[in-house]
Amino acid sequence: MASITENAAPDKNRSMADEIVGFIVMAVLLAVVPFTGIYPYFVMQALCFALFACAFNLLIGYSGLLSFGHSMFLGTAGYFTAYTLKLWGVPPAVGVLIGVAAAAVLSVITGAIAIRRQGIYFAMITLALSQLMFFIYLRAPFTGGEDGIQGIPQGTLFWVLDLSHTNTLYYVVVAVFLLAFLLIYRIVNSPFGEVLKAIRENEPRAISLGYKVDQYKLLAFILSGTLAGLAGSMKMFVTQNASLTDVHWTMSGEVVLMTLVGGLGTSFGPVVGAFIIVAMQQYLASFGQWVMVMQGAVFIICVLTFRRGIVGEIAHYFKRSL
Amino acid sequence: MQALYGQLLVGLINGSFYALLSLGLAVIFGMLEIINFAHGALYMIGAFTAYFLLQYGGLNYWWALLLAPLIVGAFGMLLERTLLRRLKGLDPLYGLLLTFGLALVIQGVFQNYFGSAGMPYAIPDQLRGGVNLGFMYLPIYRGWVVIVSLVVCIATWYLIERTRLGAYLRAATENPTLVRAFGINVPLTITLTYGLGVGLAALAGVLSAPINQVGPLMGADLIIVVFAVVVIGGMGSIMGSVITGFALGVIEGLTKYFYPEASNTVVFVLMVLVLLVKPTGLTGRAN
Repeated sequence: MASITENAAPDKNRSMADEIVGFIVMAVLLAVVPFTGIYPYFVMQALCFALFACAFNLLIGYSGLLSFGHSMFLGTAGYFTAYTLKLWGVPPAVGVLIGVAAAAVLSVITGAIAIRRQGIYFAMITLALSQLMFFIYLRAPFTGGEDGIQGIPQGTLFWVLDLSHTNTLYYVVVAVFLLAFLLIYRIVNSPFGEVLKAIRENEPRAISLGYKVDQYKLLAFILSGTLAGLAGSMKMFVTQNASLTDVHWTMSGEVVLMTLVGGLGTSFGPVVGAFIIVAMQQYLASFGQWVMVMQGAVFIICVLTFRRGIVGEIAHYFKRSL
Repeated sequence: MQALYGQLLVGLINGSFYALLSLGLAVIFGMLEIINFAHGALYMIGAFTAYFLLQYGGLNYWWALLLAPLIVGAFGMLLERTLLRRLKGLDPLYGLLLTFGLALVIQGVFQNYFGSAGMPYAIPDQLRGGVNLGFMYLPIYRGWVVIVSLVVCIATWYLIERTRLGAYLRAATENPTLVRAFGINVPLTITLTYGLGVGLAALAGVLSAPINQVGPLMGADLIIVVFAVVVIGGMGSIMGSVITGFALGVIEGLTKYFYPEASNTVVFVLMVLVLLVKPTGLTGRAN
């Protein structure tokens, strides 16, 4: 049976050179954005979702587990960061740390529950768990319910970087994104990442070789959830408001879509997918609910004809690893 | 006590919907190995079909009860033939993604034309009013919903577990190649099975139209609860998913009475508990 990550770049003849070139091109493009007249807030928002999608891809692309509840990590980290920044007045770095820690704790708990089943059950369980979190946040006093937490102060990072200044915030977001991207790349290409891929390809064999498969899956889930949390915390500085949208299941669906469009199991696919979907939402916002119809249609088209995603197709065509 | 019985009845009614929907999911999963994410959207179409039949066709509730499952079932078969069939041999996760996309398209289209608010659908004359049972007042329509779903669930169970057609179905699930060699049209069986599962969802939609309003989002959150029901019950047994559906509805109703704050979340919490104790689900076999 064809695996959902059949598009993952072939391991033989792989060269890191392609990815390094890709990374440098991406870094340079991001660095020149403020000089091009492109709206920096658009790029920042897309970068938050790109990190979110990369974190999601760490789980589906390399361990083959499809989480349909990743919005709970994005939203949890966002709420904790927003609350501590606004009501406790903590410095930005501390706010991010608290948010990411909250997402990490949540991913340990939900991961331990969800990895007890696999495949579609795993997807349904993560979806149900995130719905549980949604209802908790809907009622919890500190989230502001339907109103959310608004007007979050951006503050000054490390006493010198004023984050309310657009360009400063922009380069901080780019730096965090690039570092997180490198971290994910490092994880995927570490011995740990190789074991994950082995489990994805043939779990019984990995077990027979003596790997404690559940521990590997759980760790992958925690890493993915925590990094999704980082995306959620970072997003608070860009949008300056935390709301139920971020924990709703539609958000989980969106991150699946971004990764699918870009290419499951590719390094750059989630980034490309995130930019496309965020752009689609921005420019087609006036069409109202038709955006939802279009997203659904993109899902259907991708699954039927385009399973490798954009980056996956390019990598496949040129026999490169991207 | 009145309030307790009232909530129990509401629980039984929700349980009827859970049972019909999780039954449909289990039937579809057994044959296609696809988790039908569009199930909630098709349930919603069922309710809308009843509404359209009344509004534009002048056909009343009883016609809707008969026609809506057939119409929506036929629509489902069309989806199976044109879209789902192409996923044969791929990872089942693709089926989940495709049907999720379908759900978005269907819900989005309905939201564009009907907004997010619900529209009322009147209870048919014959089922208005209620009976005083001595310990509680039973609105007839609500009793009717519970009885119809029970009958349909048992009939579906009988069809699959006790008839020749059901035997073909089960055999085709186990070993499609061999069953095909016996001269049974397996692809047609698959299409009909999907139609049956979708028809059950549409029937649930018609039954729910007079109770919950007819709105584009009526199936969106419901399907997530039904997923939790399916995880709790396991999809290995038809009867298992029916009983789990009803039981969880009742438990939810009791929660509404004793601790209303948790009524939205109790099914998910139970799912967590079941996963911790018996990961394969209550009736499930290990993969």
